[in-house]
Amino acid sequence: MQLAKQEAGQSAPQDAVLLVRNVKKQIGGKPIIKDVTFEVRAGEIFGFLGPNGAGKTTMIRMLVDLIKPSSGEIRICGEDISRHPEAALRQVGCIVENPEAYSYLTGWENLEHFARMQRGIDNERIREVAAIVGLDDRIHDKVKTYSLGMRQRLGIAQALLGRPKLLILDEPTNGLDPKGIKELREFVRMLANQGFSLFISSHLLSEIQLMCDRVAIISHGKVLAVGTVEELIHDADNYVVWQFEQPEEGRRLLAGEGGVELVQEHEHRIDESLLAGMKEALITAMSPDRISSLVEKAVRAGIGIVSVHSIAPTLEQLFLRMTEGESIG
Amino acid sequence: MKALDRLLPLIQNETLKIWKKKRFFVIVLVLLILIPIFTYAQFRINETNKKNFKDWRNQLVQQISEYQNILSSDRIPEEWKRSRRIAVQQLQYYLDHDVNPNSPDGVTFTRSFLSNAVTLFFPLLVLALASDLVSGESTAGTIKMLLTRPVRRWKILLSKLLALSLYVSLIIVVSAVLCYLISGAVFGYTGWDMPVFTGFVIKGSSVESSFVHAIPQWLYLLMEAGLIWVSAMSVALLSLMVSVLVRSTAASIVTMMAAVISGTLLSNMTSSWHSAKFIFSVNLRLTDYLEGSPPPITGMTLGFSLIILACWGIASLAVSFFVFTKQDILN
Repeated sequence: MQLAKQEAGQSAPQDAVLLVRNVKKQIGGKPIIKDVTFEVRAGEIFGFLGPNGAGKTTMIRMLVDLIKPSSGEIRICGEDISRHPEAALRQVGCIVENPEAYSYLTGWENLEHFARMQRGIDNERIREVAAIVGLDDRIHDKVKTYSLGMRQRLGIAQALLGRPKLLILDEPTNGLDPKGIKELREFVRMLANQGFSLFISSHLLSEIQLMCDRVAIISHGKVLAVGTVEELIHDADNYVVWQFEQPEEGRRLLAGEGGVELVQEHEHRIDESLLAGMKEALITAMSPDRISSLVEKAVRAGIGIVSVHSIAPTLEQLFLRMTEGESIG
Repeated sequence: MKALDRLLPLIQNETLKIWKKKRFFVIVLVLLILIPIFTYAQFRINETNKKNFKDWRNQLVQQISEYQNILSSDRIPEEWKRSRRIAVQQLQYYLDHDVNPNSPDGVTFTRSFLSNAVTLFFPLLVLALASDLVSGESTAGTIKMLLTRPVRRWKILLSKLLALSLYVSLIIVVSAVLCYLISGAVFGYTGWDMPVFTGFVIKGSSVESSFVHAIPQWLYLLMEAGLIWVSAMSVALLSLMVSVLVRSTAASIVTMMAAVISGTLLSNMTSSWHSAKFIFSVNLRLTDYLEGSPPPITGMTLGFSLIILACWGIASLAVSFFVFTKQDILN
């Protein structure tokens, strides 16, 4: 584990480990990816978020040279994947869709197999990655006896084998039980702390929200937004929910304020369960910075305040807003 | 040399995968079951012949006169007569030179087993190995792991091809060795130095014997194995291509089986369809040229068949490498 730390820490922190610029892809004349641009910086966990059928898998396959882009460029640690695939792929470990392994070989033989495909990996390194993913006790069993979680770990061990700078995990939580998902999340965080960059795709917004530093949201082959989770949430509607002792007077007060927008019952995107038990709540879209001055105003006007909630939208709501009007597959 | 250093581990990988898939064990098992059956069949034939004929000369004379009876019949089609006429001349040649063409010994049995196996049995064994070489990785999804490692795609396909060639060679050697060991236990481990006639030139329905010469049977066996190797490799290259093009292993096997079997059937009925000689599977019976049996279509020679097989092989290699290095992996 210390080894991984040394190697991954070599690059300067500002470097873009993965650079995707104006990438387009047509398959059978149909545009699947329409102009995607983003970058993944050293040491960050980058989320790639989109519904099924948005083009996530196609994009990931282009990152690792399984699919050739129709146009645009992809660089991994500065190496162009189309022109120098060997140099670029040396920096990448990946699991595309399911963690596949040769089921008729043992875990060890699988790792050996992939170790032979790159230089400088000895048995010591194989033992090391097996230990990192906690598979050391079953490593000499045939893969066909492994559970899905163990296959996932073997997949990650395989990805770590070549001491890559960038790890690409496609829907890593698929098929894992809640305990497995939690372990994976901690594992991903640990790898990031050691200096790895991670690129994680998911259709589960909550997953990305819990795991990732920055996010790109993709839908119908287009990136809708890129930013930190906080930034994206900040850009989105911020809801403040008010409960007054005198609801009518409160409503009048809020309606008279500039920059405060009253939101109708059926138009907001707040999780209904959050509003349960809040009687006659007034939902507003406004900046949370203004809450205290408004509270002061209400108190001076003699309007009693029961509660004020500032509710940040979840990524789920954010996504719904961004993909408004488009059907989600 | 350096490129080879990088390629060797890849070949090791592919060889190991084929080995661990236990396909080769299945092939050996099939051989271990089939060879004793054929040995027993041959044993029964020998017993019957011993009962009916004084010695092999007597038997040969009987056979020749039987063929001549057929030749004098009006109801027999001309093509049949042609092959019988050629057979009569060859048998007569053996009789004249006092050599038994069907000597009951291990080496002769091995020779005839191998030459009978060249059109269907060996292609089938090769298919068992080659058909899922690439499509198997596609079906299992491991192709995604294989192609995202820092190794050029052509190197991966080349290493698969070399591992396949290794196993094709091994199949032929193992078949010959098992055949000799098993049949020899019954017929005796002799016959290495027995003379075999080769070099019959077939012109229409007569045999030109001016090029005929005797070679020791061990040399004949070696030449035969070489021709079988060429024939088996052409099947291997073709099925490698199908394996690249078709993503499902089952579809890949069925496609190649259909190609091989249809070729065998065609060679029995294409005497009037001349352009069929360009079909690869009509040309698989290379050992026939060594024996001097009439080719399925008049005008076919060993050189012709070798060129046709080479063309098919090179074309399928070109397609395999082109598609494998360029294709998008979508599934």
